[in-house]
Amino acid sequence: MDGKFSVSRRRAVGAVRTTSRLVFSVVLTFIGLLLVTFLIGRVIPVDPVLTAVGDRATADVYERTRIELGLHLPLYEQFWQYLVKILGGDLGYSVLTANPVTEDIRRVFPATLELATVSAFIGIFLGVPMGVLAAVHRGRWPDHLIRVVSLLGYSVPVFWLGLMGLLLFYAKLDWVAGPGRLDIFLEDLVDPVTGVILVDSALAGNWEVFTSAVRHLALPASILGYFSLAYISRMTRGFMLEQLSKEYVTTARAKGLSEFRVVWRHALGNAMVPLLTVIALTYASLLEGSVLTETVFAWPGLGLYITNSLLTADMNAVLGGTLVVGAVFIGVNLLSDVLYTVFDPRSR
Amino acid sequence: MTPAWNSTRWLLSHTPGSKVQARLGRIYMGWLTFRSNPIGMTGLVIVALLVAVAILAPWLSEHTPFTQSLPDRLRPPSHDHWFGTDELGRDIFSRIVHGTRITLLIVCLVVIVAAPLGLVVGSVSGYFGGWLDIVAMRITDIVLAFPRLILALAFVAALGPGLENAVIAIAVTAWPPYARIARAETMTIRHSDFINAARLQGATHFRVITCHVFPMCASSLIIRVSLDMAGIILTAAGLGFLGLGAQPPAPEWGAMVSSGRQFMLDQWWVAAIPGLAILIVSLGFNLLGDGLRDVLDPRSH
Repeated sequence: MDGKFSVSRRRAVGAVRTTSRLVFSVVLTFIGLLLVTFLIGRVIPVDPVLTAVGDRATADVYERTRIELGLHLPLYEQFWQYLVKILGGDLGYSVLTANPVTEDIRRVFPATLELATVSAFIGIFLGVPMGVLAAVHRGRWPDHLIRVVSLLGYSVPVFWLGLMGLLLFYAKLDWVAGPGRLDIFLEDLVDPVTGVILVDSALAGNWEVFTSAVRHLALPASILGYFSLAYISRMTRGFMLEQLSKEYVTTARAKGLSEFRVVWRHALGNAMVPLLTVIALTYASLLEGSVLTETVFAWPGLGLYITNSLLTADMNAVLGGTLVVGAVFIGVNLLSDVLYTVFDPRSR
Repeated sequence: MTPAWNSTRWLLSHTPGSKVQARLGRIYMGWLTFRSNPIGMTGLVIVALLVAVAILAPWLSEHTPFTQSLPDRLRPPSHDHWFGTDELGRDIFSRIVHGTRITLLIVCLVVIVAAPLGLVVGSVSGYFGGWLDIVAMRITDIVLAFPRLILALAFVAALGPGLENAVIAIAVTAWPPYARIARAETMTIRHSDFINAARLQGATHFRVITCHVFPMCASSLIIRVSLDMAGIILTAAGLGFLGLGAQPPAPEWGAMVSSGRQFMLDQWWVAAIPGLAILIVSLGFNLLGDGLRDVLDPRSH
């Protein structure tokens, strides 16, 4: 009793220590992220005072505005003010949309989330079995085929694949719908409860909108899904090869377990632990990788928002978007570390 | 029967007579392994072709990449224009051929900036350890925590679009993995006997790092760099596609795909062919990296 208690207590202490170290490093990383966006915002050749007052303003007005904006302060004080502002949820105003950047991002983020989530599901449900097959049939044709598929995935420019997909499946074959999230005459028919159209239309029971959303989502999600498939299948193959060479697999086989059970249950079960990290990282990179895909498919998400703001030198919007994507990235990294400690007892 | 001097035997000798002979022998052995790897060889052929095309660009193309000819705009591929013409009547084949120079230039510049930077940061912090190490690794962690394309975008936004700025932006996001690798390699050897021996003979830290630590990091770094080159090409092409890379009229492939986008329905070749070029070249670098890993990475044997 006593021994068991102390073991579990030691474990709890260990978990707390790991977690606090993780939280500390995440906070540091986040401050670093803010520092980078802050510095980028300071080195741009655009004078923020001139943007605010226009070039007809007198020197007096110019100077007053400069002080109002806090630009006369030393850099570290400006950074402190920036920190306080960001933590209060204020990312400034977008020049392009004239809305607060926070509000803009809240509006466009669900679209990116929808695309990334569907793509991640495609990548996981095809990539994991493909990786397992490649490992089981190592060196034979399924392995080679999957290697070619994933190598192509690493090499193809996403924006080009998107364009070619549109050309073939939309323009020539008419299997899927074109750019955008919905057919134009169906827009704004469903209340944006979550902003994720698949969910909203299903909640409202409007299947016409749902079908249209699926038709619009199919191509961009397949293309992004292909990229995560390429990565996930390759990593799965590696993890499975490692597991299949271990002694417990031989034991399980010797005990007469079916090959199916040995591979898909015992080996894959253990390979799932490092795979979770890979899947989390893939998901984070999907949120980022959507920048080019969203541009090609006119998908009104965060990526398109950032690129549009970039082209109009709308720095508040660009840096706000960068910050949000970076924060999501850090968050997902943290989550994958935590999951790893939860599922792998050795790492405690 | 045996000839007086046999080059293969000299290279593969078990008792090399000089440092040069031993080193050349090792390289030859690596080449033999690499040669038997079809994937790596395919990649090498593609990359060698790329370099050859870049060097011979003016002689390979009948037309210049910049001459506009509006009556000939958007012509389909034909005997006169192998890949057709674009919206200004420029010959797409010539533009692709000259575009190889831009692609190679970007890759080389990024690697020249990022790899030595990563090598120095990683090996110095791994060698000395302590606070220096903690601070340097924290910085690499922060840069690694950024999504690469977004960070590059933010940098280009700050610096302004253009080829040089795109290179800087990509290089800034590319060095941390190299630092990590160099640090890991340095940590494994920093307490080994040959380092201590060099120190005891009076070598300075600078000499130990440059002459003994750097060469030990080289092979892992080369593998990583060659595997990264495809990613660099794709990022550069992505920036070009968004209008943030090389500026018109430079025949940058990503920008060419972007300008062909509006004619895609009827004149598919304007966008399709530059994209295919990007695909082939990045595939070549990926295959080459894969093959090099098999040769240089002892763990993969």
